[in-house]
Amino acid sequence: MAKSTTILSRSQSFFVEIGDMTLFAGHFFKEVFSLPFEFKELLRQCYNIGNRSLLLVGVTGFILGLVFTLQSRPTLMEFGAESWMPSMVGISIVREIGPVIIALICAGRIGSGIGAELGSMRVTEQIDAMEVSGNNPFKYLVVTRIMATTLMLPLLIIMGDVIALFGSAIIENLKSNVSYVLYFNQVFDALNFSDIIPATVKSVFFGFAIGLVGCYKGYNCSKGTVGVGEASNSAVVYTSMLLFIIDFIAVFASDIFFEV
Amino acid sequence: MDSTKNLKPVLALKNLHKSFGDNHVLKDFNLKLFEGENLVVMGKSGSGKSVMIKCLVGLIQPDSGSITIKNQDIITMGHKELDLLRTEIGFLFQGSALYDSMTVRENLEFPFRRQKHKIADFESTETLVKEALENVGLSQTIDLMPAELSGGMQRRVALARALILKPKIIIYDEPTTGLDPITAKEIIELMRNIQKKYHTSSLIITHDVDCARVISNRMILLVDGTNYTEGSFEELSNSNDPKVQAFFKN
Repeated sequence: MAKSTTILSRSQSFFVEIGDMTLFAGHFFKEVFSLPFEFKELLRQCYNIGNRSLLLVGVTGFILGLVFTLQSRPTLMEFGAESWMPSMVGISIVREIGPVIIALICAGRIGSGIGAELGSMRVTEQIDAMEVSGNNPFKYLVVTRIMATTLMLPLLIIMGDVIALFGSAIIENLKSNVSYVLYFNQVFDALNFSDIIPATVKSVFFGFAIGLVGCYKGYNCSKGTVGVGEASNSAVVYTSMLLFIIDFIAVFASDIFFEV
Repeated sequence: MDSTKNLKPVLALKNLHKSFGDNHVLKDFNLKLFEGENLVVMGKSGSGKSVMIKCLVGLIQPDSGSITIKNQDIITMGHKELDLLRTEIGFLFQGSALYDSMTVRENLEFPFRRQKHKIADFESTETLVKEALENVGLSQTIDLMPAELSGGMQRRVALARALILKPKIIIYDEPTTGLDPITAKEIIELMRNIQKKYHTSSLIITHDVDCARVISNRMILLVDGTNYTEGSFEELSNSNDPKVQAFFKN
């Protein structure tokens, strides 16, 4: 009986949180189009979120391409299909693996960072101080961060994809003596707009989800320093879950719109 | 009490009630702050002092009652009007609440972001920032980060930020808590100087008896969410009521 009550109250609080997050997103859309715009802060956040994630995304992308090619080679060789390697790697990375892996990496770095930063601002009353000084902290802190993640994530994912393809090309060049020109010719022959557009659109939603969850968790943080840790941690957990749900929906949608 | 008869209230709370679940924090709390006076509200931790001042500036919505600041009811007020009214109120937070990603200069400039009209033609943000820092004796810290300042310096910078829009009402939330006795005295002296210089009305939340003795014109004791009693420091400190005496015993 007690167990079922716990499950019931937990599922209730989960749905209440989903509802709160939806209202939070609604508040974002209301504020994002209202004047004045916080351009300077938006640029600062784009720099923080974009520029400072370059190394992490670059290294992750490079290793991703390298490892993926190395792991796929034996299987393709069994079927005598090594020549399909550039096409297979290109399509896999651009359509699915690149966006999902890089978004997950960014959820860890950016989502937790936003959750912790806003959370500590909340518990040290900095957000309240902004509000009582006649400013709009939601617009200054939340709107700029969500906009920055939404704008920066597609760029980071494109950059990560390109670096991953370079990583793959290096392995192909070393193992099969395939020239870089031939490799990239094959990659671009295999890729269509129906691969690139859905992946880019999907990455915009990934960026929005990372910003939204990080900001929601941080902005509504309570319970002192413990709450800051919880906000940071749960921002990553919720975002990761949300990324897979968005991915699932995006794959279904692109299957309908770009059916061959 | 007679001394306040001819004065105009700049801020009034009437029958304020606020509860969180079953916890009734404020129960029909009443308060009036008159022009130019220093009103001290004393109460035990958890007695509802912080909730009361957060209701006052619109950070928490009360369950019932009215809050009037400069004859305007803030509960029914729209966001834009409330933001405008908030510029008339300076708020010193207990933990200073300086923006730790900004320098002292940026902290002090922040309130002007939406309040450019508060800068007179002959003034600039730079001169106002410098003046505010001079008032608290910390001109040399202008380009430092809050983390590079001591607790007392942070409190003084926070006071400079609260004053930068030249508010008519200042709310101090535990201004001396967490400071050593010498720094606490400096802060109290600063509060007195500011009151003299800008003729502000101050609402001070504290449980520091020394602070209340030096600065108060009038005091209210907040017990279990209601006004238990009020009077001057002398009247209350000489009271025979054990509940009142408990506040003044060391």
